[in-house]
Amino acid sequence: MATNDYVSHAPGYVDNEGPKIVTSRFLHDDSHTLARSEATGGYSALRAVLQTPPPEAADLVKEAVLLGRGGAGFPAGIKWGFMPPVWPRYLVVNGDESEPGTYKDRLLMERDPHQLIEGCIIACYALGLNQCFLYVRGEMALAQERIAAALNEAYEASYVGKNIMGTDVSIDVVLHWGAGAYIVGEETALIESLEGNRGMPRLKPPFFPAAKGLYLKPTIVNNVETLANLPWIFANGTEAYKQYGSERSPGTRMLAVSGHVNRPGVYEVEQGVVTFRELFYGDNYCQGIRDGNELKMFIPGGGSAPWFFPEQLDLPMEAADVGAAGSMLGSGALVVMDETTDAVKACLRVVRFFARESCGKCTPCREGTTWEEQILQRILDGHGRPEDLDLLEDIGSQISPGDYPKAAHEEAGLTAVPFPPKQTTICPLGPSSVAPITSALRRFRHEFEAKIGSATPSPTESRAADETSIDVDEAAEEVSA
Amino acid sequence: MTATEGTEAVTGVPFTLNGTDLEANEGELLIDAAERNGVHIPRFCYHNRMKPVGMCRMCLVEVDTGRGPALQPSCMLPVTPEMKVETESEATKEAQDGVLEFLLANHPLDCPVCDKGGECPLQDNAYAFGPGESRFVEEKRHYEKPIPISDLVHLDRERCILCDRCTRFASEVAGDPLIHFIGRGSHTEVNTFPEHPFSSYFSGNTVQICPVGALTAAPYRFKARPWDLEAVESTATVDASGARILVQSTRNELVRIIGVDSDAVNWSWLSDKERFSYEATNSDLRVTEPEVRDEGLTFRTVRWNEAAKTAVTALSAPPERVAVLGGARLTLESQYAWSKLIKGVVGTDNVDAQMGDGLPAALSLGLPRATIDEVCRPGGVIVLMAPDPKEELPTLYLRLRHAIVEDGATLVEITPRDTSLSDLAAVRLRCTPGTVGQVLAAIADERLDDTVGGVDGFQLRRARTILTGAKPVSVVYGRPNLAESGRYVADAVGGMQRIAPDATYLPALRRGNVNGALEMGLTPGFLPGGSRDKASFEEAWPTVPDFDGKETDGILKAAAAGEIDTLVLLGADPVDDYPDAELARQALEAVRTIIAVDCFRTASSSLAHVLLPAAMFGEVDGTFCNLEGRLSPIRAKVTAPGLARPDWMIAADLAAAIGPDLGFDSLEQLRSEMASTIEGFPEIDWEGELALADGPLIRLGRNWDLEFGQAASAPAPSSSGLRLVVDRKLWDQGTMVQRSPSLAGLVQSAELRLSPTDVQLLNLGDAQWVTVEHGDESFDLPFTVDAGVAARTAWLPMGLPGFDVRQLLATGRSVTNIEVRAAEEGDTDG
Repeated sequence: MATNDYVSHAPGYVDNEGPKIVTSRFLHDDSHTLARSEATGGYSALRAVLQTPPPEAADLVKEAVLLGRGGAGFPAGIKWGFMPPVWPRYLVVNGDESEPGTYKDRLLMERDPHQLIEGCIIACYALGLNQCFLYVRGEMALAQERIAAALNEAYEASYVGKNIMGTDVSIDVVLHWGAGAYIVGEETALIESLEGNRGMPRLKPPFFPAAKGLYLKPTIVNNVETLANLPWIFANGTEAYKQYGSERSPGTRMLAVSGHVNRPGVYEVEQGVVTFRELFYGDNYCQGIRDGNELKMFIPGGGSAPWFFPEQLDLPMEAADVGAAGSMLGSGALVVMDETTDAVKACLRVVRFFARESCGKCTPCREGTTWEEQILQRILDGHGRPEDLDLLEDIGSQISPGDYPKAAHEEAGLTAVPFPPKQTTICPLGPSSVAPITSALRRFRHEFEAKIGSATPSPTESRAADETSIDVDEAAEEVSA
Repeated sequence: MTATEGTEAVTGVPFTLNGTDLEANEGELLIDAAERNGVHIPRFCYHNRMKPVGMCRMCLVEVDTGRGPALQPSCMLPVTPEMKVETESEATKEAQDGVLEFLLANHPLDCPVCDKGGECPLQDNAYAFGPGESRFVEEKRHYEKPIPISDLVHLDRERCILCDRCTRFASEVAGDPLIHFIGRGSHTEVNTFPEHPFSSYFSGNTVQICPVGALTAAPYRFKARPWDLEAVESTATVDASGARILVQSTRNELVRIIGVDSDAVNWSWLSDKERFSYEATNSDLRVTEPEVRDEGLTFRTVRWNEAAKTAVTALSAPPERVAVLGGARLTLESQYAWSKLIKGVVGTDNVDAQMGDGLPAALSLGLPRATIDEVCRPGGVIVLMAPDPKEELPTLYLRLRHAIVEDGATLVEITPRDTSLSDLAAVRLRCTPGTVGQVLAAIADERLDDTVGGVDGFQLRRARTILTGAKPVSVVYGRPNLAESGRYVADAVGGMQRIAPDATYLPALRRGNVNGALEMGLTPGFLPGGSRDKASFEEAWPTVPDFDGKETDGILKAAAAGEIDTLVLLGADPVDDYPDAELARQALEAVRTIIAVDCFRTASSSLAHVLLPAAMFGEVDGTFCNLEGRLSPIRAKVTAPGLARPDWMIAADLAAAIGPDLGFDSLEQLRSEMASTIEGFPEIDWEGELALADGPLIRLGRNWDLEFGQAASAPAPSSSGLRLVVDRKLWDQGTMVQRSPSLAGLVQSAELRLSPTDVQLLNLGDAQWVTVEHGDESFDLPFTVDAGVAARTAWLPMGLPGFDVRQLLATGRSVTNIEVRAAEEGDTDG
């Protein structure tokens, strides 16, 4: 049935060959309606789940090894187990997708809101709670509209609300619109924002959401795609789910590929088996680099991830392997850059994003990211100095001393994250700005040096030099005279 | 005066700090535990009186909790057993270096012209922990140089290091969330909301806690450099909370006041009135020489002995024809000296330090006294039967607010209108003026079904449940309404004693050292120490009054009736300050000789025949007695202008002229006489150990058997009238505010506040002015709708420009009813 091409009513989505766990309805132009959802098995999983005791439902998720799709790739089932037996407790859905290059959750929310709502209700039921907050990024107006409409339908049809489908289970879902801040994608900042405060991350510890989250109550924050997987898992069972993908990363992932490929877009891809090369060059996927150019570098997991180069093309998209190679799959956003790309410019582009989106809370991130941006801009403007390159690395190590924290976790059988992560900031936004700089500097130092080689002093620098160029001896003579 | 001074038992969490094995208290933050053990960890955002946020990252230290060393903010990290901490390791030093380099990158180096220069934590930390030089060659961030965020505070955003201290203070401590972060990244800035200045009563605290020169106080800007300042510790005297302060001067001029962290009282916070009203001391309008007025309105400067001679002649009138008003402004020592002069030499008992806006002295002298700490104890019950503490005792307000918000105290509010704490109250009894005694009697007698005084059965039951529960009850009581008789509050206290027999009481009376004045006998019927034992004072003093004197109401009535020959105004201004302006004016006009001891020419002292210049705050040494009975030092920092003298010296001089003299001519002699004459009174020596702690408490155990009798019933409400509620605002036309140029402009003009219900009932619609009818007079004034005003009442504070509400008040009236209607067109012209 796959057309192997873009789906016109789902902009950006490519209908490629392969299993369709979360995108199965995308091919219908009315995929966002309850009628279509019900006609294609929507809410049947929920109906079944409500017949099983909640702990069993939670165990099923653990058994399926449903990895979080937000960026850290932590197994949802294990995360759920961290909640202390305290009520009230909350489920918060992180729909504040804003990692540069990522646009998969937007499609899920716009194209199939009922799948997400069903997933939310299943999760709430399994977690034994009855209040869910759906936090949708401020800029995603269509997603908000569709979810709002779907929620109305679902309330009407008794899939949400009091006594769901005649049972004594009651769950409310509240839709919350964000105000458009990247940092609110960080779970504690999202919680702050949801509480009505300025979105700034909280320090972990003590504010681990599972223990002290929304209103300081136990809170699970899950990504949209993670929850969208639940209806399929519950409808088809964990065995069917584990058929797809690798052993450590079962199921599929939505990957958003952008940049210099012939067919950028969002693909539903089996986790852990497809290599980067297949994704970029395969006919089923991106169909090669534009104009037959050579690949120069690519970002494997969103703007925060250290860059990869052609030699990493044959890695499978498996979190542990990518982690071991020094980067992360993160939010599933791949940015491909070909040989025409200016590494310094690309680096500046990513760093500028983080500098603009820093929430301003921690000094190293607030001041450091902007300083990095200023230096990179100055190098590009032709005013670079040889010492700037060491300075950039130094600033980086002042924000994020030592190795970068890797997005992997030992409980998923992956290489452990150094904990607490080596960062002088509360959240990883600051360290994220260091990744592109270190990547670019390590690999393309000559490009930086070439720009610096022909540089002239910057206006501020020469002005500063003028102001301080006092002849000390002359001044001393004047004083003594 | 810190939290840890031997008060907390070390429960012992073992940890290692730089290789030394130490013990922290349970739950103690690492930054505090280190500080207590002599290791200072640099910080900007952390403040021990506010919740930590971990923003500035300056306090990062290397911590190993068994999973390898990692950099952790010590201000957010409670010490856990076996924690290993390195504050001087290479990694820690690098992190500190880095944070300082980042902070200084965009910080302007305008230290030479910055008020903070020389006492700046950023400077200090840069010296001690910083990299020494900057590698930042880019253009620094620029903002418009200081922008006023309120009338008192200027914000220089270039200097701001975004530590969140001021913003946290505003929202968490003061409850005035008027400043906040806006923007993001390196363009994050602190600012106000459009059209909403940071007009908090506590705005000056943000200047004090700002770790850089970003926030500066308008009155102090460019006035002095820190290294030129001289300082003494003292006590704020503008209200009765007795906040501990540091008074700073340069070139014999007061320039700044800083809050001192006293555990028992103000936790380092001050109201802007306490902080900035020192300007009055520097005022050019001070009375600096003795003056007499023979006829007409012009004064003639005279020598002290001539003024004293006139005063002595007047004081030699028959004792019952001599009266004294005021004395609450004085130090405890001066109050004793004046008490001895008036009662022990002149022999009159007509003395009252309260200006008709207080309560019978027997209440505050006789009720078991609570300390602020007792009132604010975690999990206790606070009963508020007092004026809005934010307006009249702002420092106490901060403590009460903290107790309710952070420490789980329960607030029962029994006031005629909403106060600033109403939103936090568990139950609000909005008693119609005149009914509070009845309401409390109903709760005491368990008559909990019918509505009493506007309070329905549900609220009565709820109040009774809380007040008779297991939690300890403390009562903050005062006169919340000057338009109803103080009798009702006394009745309510009687009811409260029956409801909660073990309750303790904190008096919320007006004027700074009023509690000291009552203790020292500047009130009819009592001798110093709350004593009625005339016999013992007959031995110590030349004489004692042989009659029972009158309170202010009685004194002014007697004066108006021509029964008083000589009236002494001890810093009192009844013409402007007494609730019945008409009576005060009549009284002062009828008196043969008025002797005013004052710092300024006020409406009343301008009518005096003898005006004796007194030294004031910042110029006198002495003692303050706050509302909980805590003694603390008042210290002189500058010399009094001209021939102004401390009040006790004036008393001693007058006594010597009348004869016999008071028996002391130094503060030491005066203090030792107080200790020997007043039972249980300590020997005061502020140079000794006394000054090191929070100050001794006096007379807390006094628990008289007070007779209350039946609660008086209020007059029946008139069918169409509204009952008036009159109280005071922090910024008013009082002497200290008006003589402080920075504060004088903060006074808002009077407007009548009406409840939404009454606005509808009275068909006020689009009207902006109302006509108030009272007796056969009518007045036009503006009004606003205020949901905090109870139905069938109207609220108007006293002492505001535009309309003097005292025109509606009369001494002796139990409640005040007014008729309100929309003003007719054209009425408002002119």
